[in-house]
Amino acid sequence: MQYKSQAVAMPYFIAAIGLFVGQIIFGLIMGMQYVVGDFLFPEIPFNVARMVHTNLLIVWLLFGFMGAAYYMIPEEAETELYSPKLALAMFWIFLVAGAATILGYLLVPYATLAEMTGNDILATMGREFLEQPLVTKIGIVIVALAFLFNITMTSLKGRKTAISMVLLLGLWGLAIFFLFSFYNPVNLVRDKFYWWWVVHLWVEGVWELILGALLAFVLIKVTGVDREVIEKWLYVIITLALVTGIIGTGHHYYWIGAPEYWQWWGSIFSALEPLPFFAMTVFAFNMVNRRRREHPNRAAVLWALGTGVMAFLGAGVWGFLHTLAPVNYYTHGSQITAAHGHMAFYGAYVMVVLTIISYAMPILRGRAANSNKSQVLEMWAFWLMTIAMVFITLFLTAAGILQVWLQRVSDTPMSFMAAQDQVTLFYWMREWAGVMFFIGLLVYVISFFVKGETPPAKA
Amino acid sequence: MSGIFTKSMARNIFYGGTVFFFLLFLALTFDTERELPSRDNSHNITPAVAAGKHIWETRNCIGCHSLLGEGAYFAPELGNVYVRRGPEFIKAWMQAMPTMAPGRRQMPNFNLTDEELDELVEFLKYTSEINTANWPPNIEG
Repeated sequence: MQYKSQAVAMPYFIAAIGLFVGQIIFGLIMGMQYVVGDFLFPEIPFNVARMVHTNLLIVWLLFGFMGAAYYMIPEEAETELYSPKLALAMFWIFLVAGAATILGYLLVPYATLAEMTGNDILATMGREFLEQPLVTKIGIVIVALAFLFNITMTSLKGRKTAISMVLLLGLWGLAIFFLFSFYNPVNLVRDKFYWWWVVHLWVEGVWELILGALLAFVLIKVTGVDREVIEKWLYVIITLALVTGIIGTGHHYYWIGAPEYWQWWGSIFSALEPLPFFAMTVFAFNMVNRRRREHPNRAAVLWALGTGVMAFLGAGVWGFLHTLAPVNYYTHGSQITAAHGHMAFYGAYVMVVLTIISYAMPILRGRAANSNKSQVLEMWAFWLMTIAMVFITLFLTAAGILQVWLQRVSDTPMSFMAAQDQVTLFYWMREWAGVMFFIGLLVYVISFFVKGETPPAKA
Repeated sequence: MSGIFTKSMARNIFYGGTVFFFLLFLALTFDTERELPSRDNSHNITPAVAAGKHIWETRNCIGCHSLLGEGAYFAPELGNVYVRRGPEFIKAWMQAMPTMAPGRRQMPNFNLTDEELDELVEFLKYTSEINTANWPPNIEG
């Protein structure tokens, strides 16, 4: 690596992968509970497994983003990190706080956890994805501010590139919009309205800036294409993302008590939300086709291309599938939503973090790329996980269509549980696809331990 | 992209576009806030409703159920459960949990007092009266 302080990225990446494994184990538990309802009850009720599954996802992606920033910013700014010590201290604080929170979910009844952690002073818990205790939320803010201070100071004293500016903007936006997680009015409509300012403005807003910056950085490195060209693309992609995505928030406001004009604003703008993802796919393939060098890390190139395609399919196509208000009237809050959520998160955010890890980890370990044997294994992991996710999405979509038909469209609508019984077959197939995903993940982890001849660091 | 369209043009469009659409979003939010009182049933928010929402949150109901279509999809929609089942059924149901029927999805017993059950029902009643543009499509949620 070019700057020795980039090394602080390594523990972040390792923690990210470790928590990723945990996330998938709890995903398998939930998948099982969908078909064998009393599986692990009362030890791990479904809601607890789901909190662990989704919160681990968020936390490991944040570890990935922070690791990526600590790796990228010194190289972009052409200077050492402002404070590697602060970065390491924040790593341990975040890891311990994260682990304590997960253990709290698993070991303490949620209501007791809420009482113990000051939820009666300021009630913020018990809302989807924002289940963290108040102390954890405050901890997240402190870690985020220390992190942002560190990378902003690094950027300020060095070269300012478009990539680093976009990355900083995305990360600052992430921290700022998280502050809405502290706002929890009794008025349920208002609660839900601003809840989306965290959730939607993260994943369909500022996170896309982070995604674009990470992808652009890796593409510059592995293709050798001129920075001017890549950064121009980056601006075009994130323009499309925010121009469609900000008003696109409206697709969450159709049925929660907000004014009905949101059905128009939401439908029109979110129908355009696939555009940035389509541009991203074209961008990735274009840059790789125009490459000026053969980078020895072929696995990283594969992840970068895969991110474009899978983000387009998961966020773009599967998002569009149910985003128009007349369609969403029937699909809202069904397994269709779950299908979209899975592939979008995997295709956009999981894969881009694995892209930067794939590119940076070998360099952090003192080589330009891993051995051929290790890369082949990593590419196996890529295909196993990606194909498994395609199947998970297809099976959930099938379950969703059937569910919507039986429960909402039919002249003699079934009750929720009766409809669930009818789609069990698809839940079983989803669970098996989940097992395949887990095998892919294990292969991925193993690929880090496979040795062999490696090209030297300065290839 | 040709040489005419430069990186700094792309950057300016990005900042300009983002600021414009964010301001538009704020304007729509402002208008939403003005219209909310006619739709959000907030005039029926009593201390019992507030207490019920607190119970809803601290028992992590959203971890299995959906409310106005948002949440988890493991258990029935509860935005309209007050209309679908009525107050007495809801309370009796919660007290009968878990069923322990083999192989069936299980709901924990939260050991709520009678007062807490009433508050939770008040919250679900208030929720069921929010103007949701006629969603869900039918009573089954």
